[in-house]
Amino acid sequence: MVTDNVKKLLILMVTLLVAHTAQAQLQIEIISGNASALPIAIVPFQWEDASSPPATSVEEIISGDLYRSGLFDPMDTADMLERPVDEESIRFGTWRLLKVDYIVVGSIRTPADGRGHELVYQLFDVHTQERLLSQITTVGPGDLRYGAHRVSDAIYKTLTGVPGAFATRIAYITATGLGEDLRYELVVSDADGFGPQSVVGSPEPLLSPAWSPDGKKLAYVSFEKGNSAIYMQDVATGSRELISGGKGINGAPSFSPDGRNMAMTLSRTGNPEIYVRNIATGRLTQLTQHWAIDTEPVWAPDGKYIYFTSDRGGKPQIYRIPPTGGKAERVTLEGEYNARASIAPDGRRIAVAHGRGNEYRIAIWDIDSERFTVLTPGVLDESPSFAPNGSMVLYATREGTRGVLSAVSADGSVRQRLILSEGDVREPAWSPVIR
Amino acid sequence: MKTVWRLTLAMIIALALTACQTTPEAAPEPAPEPEPAPVVETAPAADPHDFTDSRNFDNPESLLSKRVIYFDFDKSTVRPEFRAIVSAHAAYAAAHSSARVTLEGHADERGTREYTLGLGERRGNAVMGLMSAQGARGSQLVVVSYGEERPTCRVSDEDCWSQNRRVEIVYTAR
Repeated sequence: MVTDNVKKLLILMVTLLVAHTAQAQLQIEIISGNASALPIAIVPFQWEDASSPPATSVEEIISGDLYRSGLFDPMDTADMLERPVDEESIRFGTWRLLKVDYIVVGSIRTPADGRGHELVYQLFDVHTQERLLSQITTVGPGDLRYGAHRVSDAIYKTLTGVPGAFATRIAYITATGLGEDLRYELVVSDADGFGPQSVVGSPEPLLSPAWSPDGKKLAYVSFEKGNSAIYMQDVATGSRELISGGKGINGAPSFSPDGRNMAMTLSRTGNPEIYVRNIATGRLTQLTQHWAIDTEPVWAPDGKYIYFTSDRGGKPQIYRIPPTGGKAERVTLEGEYNARASIAPDGRRIAVAHGRGNEYRIAIWDIDSERFTVLTPGVLDESPSFAPNGSMVLYATREGTRGVLSAVSADGSVRQRLILSEGDVREPAWSPVIR
Repeated sequence: MKTVWRLTLAMIIALALTACQTTPEAAPEPAPEPEPAPVVETAPAADPHDFTDSRNFDNPESLLSKRVIYFDFDKSTVRPEFRAIVSAHAAYAAAHSSARVTLEGHADERGTREYTLGLGERRGNAVMGLMSAQGARGSQLVVVSYGEERPTCRVSDEDCWSQNRRVEIVYTAR
């Protein structure tokens, strides 16, 4: 018994120390596109940097980002008749003939202090020849991909009016192997699936990752001690602390918008209830007291309510309660099964797992119009997570018996699939915008 | 070494005694040979209905050998056909104060993961309630819910789902 625990602890420690790079890469594929996507040309950036150019070019990353949003139709570089690098070298007539509405030109150089990279770029309206954006984005060494995502964010914001969410990350759980070899990992990657890093691995179930509002920490549930327990871990350093590990369920962590409190589900009374814990002091406040299953608390962006799932009306539905306690009110008024809310940054839309019979799909409940919009066609879709700009919803779905991640635009028009080459992928959580 | 010698000696004596016993019986030729008594004496077989007998954990004829309770979808009521199994384990726990039981609650894949964690716990609590009512002490029983994280079967159909909606009665001490 003792040696078993020591062995488990050792395995865990090794896993934590060797936070290895997951070998499997995510592949992304658009399932259904948008006919009204804006044609845009991201001309290859001129490489003036002292270092050698990377394998994946900056223009490929930017084109990929914009394409995945479903709102843009980036031109293939092979179809570009010319490769201008600045305003003077653009012949707008040529690009009009190529039916391009917008063009981005730029270069990459080494900053004056010799560290990292500068992405110098401009965005033009091909028809008016107006310069819409002219910027220099500076990033540290090794952060060129991040720099390219920030350029995508700026282009997206200029042309859609909504901040981009490309320079963000996603966390998800993978399960690989079978039986005794089953292994769970909490993985963090870029929002485009690139650069997956295992944050924690365990032979026992891991679930419910949740980002801190500064994007530096993840809270999650681990069964490594034989029962569910909530941990909070620093993504960069790997250091972690046990937040809650008492008797019964310790589940569904969610950070408050100010990062000071964590909502969670505890069944210390023998029944799952919603609690709020002050992270610094450990002070615990019980919010619900009901014989029903109350779980999956999530904070509204303005911090005024905590939304949660409860079957107090017979079947699971979304309710909300002030974080200081009070009366719970029902939010979703339609459908037989609505659970695991993710709140849009505007606070007016709620993505849920929406069940009917044996089918579970992702749907958005609009608080003002009190109506559902079903976004996905899946059979077992769950764990919706809004992008920090509210433009897309990431969720878990099934392909045969395997779990994969998909993303759908908030209007349901564009869907894409992110496939990890092996194992079961589930429970995605989109990070906040990391500044 | 000495004990080995003693054992061997004892065996030789025992063999000699049995030989002495059988010799006079073999003399009257026509008499039918009586059934030979079993040489190795075994303990009487466990009564499968004695739920305080730990040998019944491995006796397929005893309810103590059955340690999985199955449930209906989204329900945590112990169905009538499983009540006798729960009662058997309650009787064992009541008779053995050192026994410790973990009731592992599980759910099928339908529904969200955290909600099914609640559902698994509810099922575990239902079994715990029945066992407590029949004499098991609260300190002997622990409920751990795994929700849908530990399926025994991974196909999306009712046959598989019904196998996953379960409480496993796990003895951590007998």
